[in-house]
Amino acid sequence: MNDPMWFDNPAITQQMLPAAIETLLMTAWSTGLAVLFGLPLGIWLFTASRGGLNSNAVVYRVLSIIVDITRSIPFIILIIALIPFARFVVGSALGWQATVVSLTIGAIPFYARLVENSLREVSEGKVEAALMMGASNGQVVRQVYVPEAKPGLIGAATVTSVTLVSYTAMAGAVGGGGLGALAISYGYQRYQADTMIACIIVLVLIVTLIQFIGDRIARAVDHR
Amino acid sequence: MIELRGLRKVFGGTVALEQIDLSVPAGEIHGIVGRSGAGKSTLIRCLTGLERPTSGTVAIDGVDLTDQSGSGLREARRSIGMVFQHVNLLDSRTALKNVAHPLQIAGVSKAERLAKARELLEIVGLGDRVDNYPAQLSGGQKQRVGIARALAAEPKVLLCDEPTSALDSSTTDQILGLIRSLRDRLGITVLIITHEMSVIREICDSVTLLADGRVAKTGKLAEVISEPGSDLAKDLVPLPPISLDDRAPAEDTEAVDGAAGNRTNHLVEVALAGTTLPKVLTSAQSVGVGAEAILAGAVETIEGRQVGRIRFTLATAAESKELITALKAAGIYAEEAA
Repeated sequence: MNDPMWFDNPAITQQMLPAAIETLLMTAWSTGLAVLFGLPLGIWLFTASRGGLNSNAVVYRVLSIIVDITRSIPFIILIIALIPFARFVVGSALGWQATVVSLTIGAIPFYARLVENSLREVSEGKVEAALMMGASNGQVVRQVYVPEAKPGLIGAATVTSVTLVSYTAMAGAVGGGGLGALAISYGYQRYQADTMIACIIVLVLIVTLIQFIGDRIARAVDHR
Repeated sequence: MIELRGLRKVFGGTVALEQIDLSVPAGEIHGIVGRSGAGKSTLIRCLTGLERPTSGTVAIDGVDLTDQSGSGLREARRSIGMVFQHVNLLDSRTALKNVAHPLQIAGVSKAERLAKARELLEIVGLGDRVDNYPAQLSGGQKQRVGIARALAAEPKVLLCDEPTSALDSSTTDQILGLIRSLRDRLGITVLIITHEMSVIREICDSVTLLADGRVAKTGKLAEVISEPGSDLAKDLVPLPPISLDDRAPAEDTEAVDGAAGNRTNHLVEVALAGTTLPKVLTSAQSVGVGAEAILAGAVETIEGRQVGRIRFTLATAAESKELITALKAAGIYAEEAA
């Protein structure tokens, strides 16, 4: 066991950077797509809920069950279950692009629930004021709920994003690429403790960076 | 301008409003008072179409709100400007954009609505605060923005729901002054819902008292306030609090001197209505009761008339009867007070 260690280890010097970039790409794409689809789903959930603008018990129940089923499936199982779907969408079941598909599907309901909760924080009075000005339901959503809940929605996206970083690492176990794959194939299967530690350090840095940026943006849009 | 006819609202088995008839002519400031639970909130929700009355009609400028729904109701609501107790400004918008919001909803172009909003903020005295967010404004300033916003769509009616209940007294005076000057300037009809009698006294032309979901009293402020013996009048011009020591003698005094026990228990309350303070004093003096017998009094001049109440304290029941008879003979309302 005289393998070169740390900065002499090619797994670290040559593979760490591309793996980190893959992790960032997966996180960025899946966060973006989860927000894109999760926001409308969350709004729909919220408006259909009791006391919502378009309250509908049946719609709410159905959406709620779908969201909760998806959220309750362990992510590693979701990835495997979605392999055929990922192959259909991106043409391959391997690589980070395929992982983005499962990550997005897993994150949409997660973000939608957070959206529902953020919208609930907007005071009844503000909505009533807009209705009194003659606003339609669509106007209330676009001009009151979403802008007033913006700091919360951004905070929710940050939480989703951080969760997705850990999911990308899990995806590495089934050929997903990124830092997770590196940690498993070198750190675990080849007993390279230095590679494992280096992967953990980089993951911690990525999460810290995401949280920092998310907090900054949330504060910038918060005028309360 | 505002016409309520036979308004009735039942929630489940409880009657919240019963047989409300109310008519407010254009340009008038009308106050609705009542204790909590009297039906004020339900009334305002019916007025704005947020709640549908069980029966009866609500008409604003001849348009019946009760048979509107959907876009018709949204259209009708634009003829009402609403001022809220908690203002309800959007925290994500500057003062200017908050004021422009009703116009944005109505589809007015950006340049036009911002120009109008700027003009309104100027009118409410916040011309230098257009780019401030609500969090950067004081309570009184927020309410000014709220009033400017209520006026943006040029409504015919301004509906104020407890507009000053969250403000301190000097800010309250400023906001009430602003509402009055807007009425004078724009000729807008104002309906103020409040539990504060001082608000009614200060700016209302007419007043309605709600009690248990019914109209307990309604009329011009000057008439209601000077109506002798009315509870609303007593609430509108309250006597200063009388300390217990002055009202009734301490127990031990009574034990020492039985006669003294009744000494200050004979109170006579006089309504200053259709009369003046000197006249009351002259009548009192004719039966030997001087100004030193006045225990408490509240006098205000409303619309050029002196209104209020005076409470005399007398030694014996005979004296108090004599005083009441003398006052009544002079055409002054007087009664024995507890």
